[in-house]
Amino acid sequence: MSTASVQLPRWINYGAIPLINLVLAFVCSGLVVWAIGESPWEALQLLVAGALGRGEGIGFTLFYTTSFIFTGLSVAVAIHAGLFNIGSEGQAYLGGLGAALVALSLDRYVPWYVTMPFAIIGAALFGAACAAVPAWLQAKRGSHIVITTIMFNFITSSLMNYVLVHLLIVPGKMAPETRTFLPGGQLPKLDWLIAMFGGKLGAAPLNVSFLIALVMCFLVWVLIWRTKLGYEMRTLGISPSAAAYAGIPYAKIVMITMLISGGLAGMMALNPVMGASGRLQIEFVGGAGFVGIAVSLMGRNHPAGIVLSALLFGILYQGGAELSFDMPSITRDMIVVIQGLVILFAGALEYMLRPAIVRLYQQVAGGR
Amino acid sequence: MRPFFRNKGRKGEALGLGSASEPAIELVGIDKKFGAVHANKNINLTVAKGTIHGIIGENGAGKSTLMSILYGFYQADQGEIRISGRPVAIRDSQAAIAAGIGMVHQHFMLVEDFTVLENVMLGAEGGQLLAKGTSHARKELKRLESDYGMEVDPDAVVEELPVGTQQRVEILKALYRGAEILILDEPTGVLTPPEADHLFKVLRVLRDQGKTIILITHKLREIMAITDTVSVMRRGEMVATRTTSETTVEELAELMVGRRVLLRVEKGDAAPGNVLLSVRNLTVKDSRGVVMVDNVSFDVRAGEIVGIAGVAGNGQSELLEAIAGIRKPTSGEIWIDGKPAAGIDPRGLRELGLAHIPEDRHHMGLVLKFEEYENAILGYHRDPRYGRGYLLDLDAIREEAEEKIAKYDIRPPNPRLRTANFSGGNQQKIVVAREIERDPKLLLVGQPTRGVDIGAIEFIHKRIIDMRDAGKAVLLVSVELDEVRSLSDRILVMFAGKIVGEKSGDASEQMLGLMMAGIAA
Ligand SMILES: Nc1ncnc2c1ncn2[C@@H]1O[C@H](COP(=O)(O)OP(=O)(O)OP(=O)(O)O)[C@@H](O)[C@H]1O
Ligand SMILES: [Mg+2]
Repeated sequence: MSTASVQLPRWINYGAIPLINLVLAFVCSGLVVWAIGESPWEALQLLVAGALGRGEGIGFTLFYTTSFIFTGLSVAVAIHAGLFNIGSEGQAYLGGLGAALVALSLDRYVPWYVTMPFAIIGAALFGAACAAVPAWLQAKRGSHIVITTIMFNFITSSLMNYVLVHLLIVPGKMAPETRTFLPGGQLPKLDWLIAMFGGKLGAAPLNVSFLIALVMCFLVWVLIWRTKLGYEMRTLGISPSAAAYAGIPYAKIVMITMLISGGLAGMMALNPVMGASGRLQIEFVGGAGFVGIAVSLMGRNHPAGIVLSALLFGILYQGGAELSFDMPSITRDMIVVIQGLVILFAGALEYMLRPAIVRLYQQVAGGR
Repeated sequence: MRPFFRNKGRKGEALGLGSASEPAIELVGIDKKFGAVHANKNINLTVAKGTIHGIIGENGAGKSTLMSILYGFYQADQGEIRISGRPVAIRDSQAAIAAGIGMVHQHFMLVEDFTVLENVMLGAEGGQLLAKGTSHARKELKRLESDYGMEVDPDAVVEELPVGTQQRVEILKALYRGAEILILDEPTGVLTPPEADHLFKVLRVLRDQGKTIILITHKLREIMAITDTVSVMRRGEMVATRTTSETTVEELAELMVGRRVLLRVEKGDAAPGNVLLSVRNLTVKDSRGVVMVDNVSFDVRAGEIVGIAGVAGNGQSELLEAIAGIRKPTSGEIWIDGKPAAGIDPRGLRELGLAHIPEDRHHMGLVLKFEEYENAILGYHRDPRYGRGYLLDLDAIREEAEEKIAKYDIRPPNPRLRTANFSGGNQQKIVVAREIERDPKLLLVGQPTRGVDIGAIEFIHKRIIDMRDAGKAVLLVSVELDEVRSLSDRILVMFAGKIVGEKSGDASEQMLGLMMAGIAA
């Protein structure tokens, strides 16, 4: 109680505390690994080597990272305005439709770099559209955004099922997916980036959307901390009554924020749909929307933090896949447990250690 | 649990001769820094048992910090705390409670949905099963009430009680935990005058029964009325301690500020001009549909200060919020400088020339988590001078914030400090500076000097009068009758949502008091 008001230096708040939480998560994971009779140390080595050891592993890691950056940014933007957007998953899914429609209609006529800006806009528009209804319900009707965005995940899922199975499926085929885009509708791989560090990308799907994600990080930072709109969002997020006093229009800010948030989630689709598989497939989001919540929490809703925590989750995804391949007793489910522990310690239990650290800091700093 | 048996035999001790000089609290060489801010510098303080000790000092002098150290909210960097002669380490508030120290917070720490009894027991339930603890607590509460003359219905839900009664529950809570020493930090800021009188009665009874009380307040009148001894803090230092009966308000004021202070407001005659604010048949309902402002009409002219007097809760707050565009009126008209203003949002009203110092700075006037400079533009952040187009020009904003900090002597002079870390009075100055420096046509002012020290009160009052003399219209709402009387050129009295009468600024206190109680008109 008494430590909550103490302001800690940035390096502790944004550096030491997340790091300690992370170490704790790994210690707990290590115990789990040890309990099923494997060596934690060996498992950790396999995980890290799998994620960062070779050019291909790095390519996969950064591919996952890209998706998590988009969804993490989506969650963070909403949180700054006091809105908890649980719907990034569905918004990304619908964003895939936007990207695919652009790719399908342009890939025959123009090269990829002409298609790309339209695809970004298409993905963002569809993602935003998916967020628009919950936003409107929150702004005008007071329906809680958490509930409505969750429901929209289900609605989107059913909608996309219908669209893929009945409308976009290639006639005569069994798989509910679109045709493969021509090169004009695909985002090129970043072989050169990995090659710069002397590695080989191999089969890894790391592509141009990684760069788009980094640009979005910068734009989100500008939005939140350098624009008048961002100022209004933050005011509303921290103190709705001060926002009312300042004449900041609640409904308008809620709408705009959610549209931006949904748009960012929608852009996530560029990565798997246009960058990796080159077609729109069923369930391509695969939980990245939910991981975005943890990424945003752990990254303290700051773009720089989000890049780092998205990278961490990218490592866990890729390294975890390799680990369960190399150590058969560690199944996919075990990897999910480890990811869960990281989310638990870094996200949910973020403040568990804070009081103790504040005391320690006060003793050390006070003695000076 | 311990609190149940603590109080035995205390009366005899306290009434014994010579007990008055026995120290209850000794602070020795207390030192505390927050980064560059030296909040407490080598403080020594001794408070005798069974006395009421006042602590006064300017905003940011370090009073709350010192008390927070005594109550375990902060740790001192150096120094020792002795309770009844014994050194104690107070690491947190549990340790403070165990040492017999209770604190009545300015912002009450009560669970609003709980009853009085449940709140008093909270954290001291006495065992796993509630029933036993409850009956014990009920008995104990009865005894405390009759001992100290604090009647409170134990089964009333806290939320529904008036502020003064809620405060009594806070005191009972401390006593229930066996507090021998009570700390009250600006307890009267939120109270109506009768509630404050009642609080003082209770405090006297507590003292006479041997409790030791530390009272922080900015109102020297209260210091003179109730304390036995008084200490003055200035810029982190304890500069003087006096026996109250041997000092005067003037001396204390000078000790606090380091110069002579004008305790009376000096102002010339008003020269009223055009009507700048016109309110006609305004009715405002609260969120539950209760009529709070009932068919009110009045005018405020350029170059005059109109004060609204009334006991808190008679519709003044709602009236102010309706004019400021925060609350939608149910019916009626508002005209600002000849333009219709009812139903326009606060941003639009600011463009019409309205500025508003809100009553509740913590919830409305400031975003406490923002840095100071961010609050310096709240409500005006769309102004082109703070950045063209969509972007904010942070350099320009910080530069202007620094100018206001210098002009209004806001301490510490750091626009990058989190607003929550400014002391109460300095927070108020941030709001006042922002609103007045915009040079509005019409200024709405709610409780401008709540929690503000006398030097700053003098300053804020002067600014408000300057506004008037510069031909602005000022509408003032304050529960401090003194303030309304000394600033206003005309006084409107509100009772039960209606304006029950108008008096000139020099109306007598008794007259206004009767009108505020709905007796005279
Ligand atoms: N947590 C904190 N971090 C940084 N500075 C702080 C913190 N708490 C208080 N301060 C600073 O310490 C100084 C003393 O503050 P304190 O709240 O004790 O003043 P005060 O005497 O109670 O003033 P007021 O009468 O306005 O309530 C102020 O300059 C304040 O800004
Ligand atoms: Mg204080």
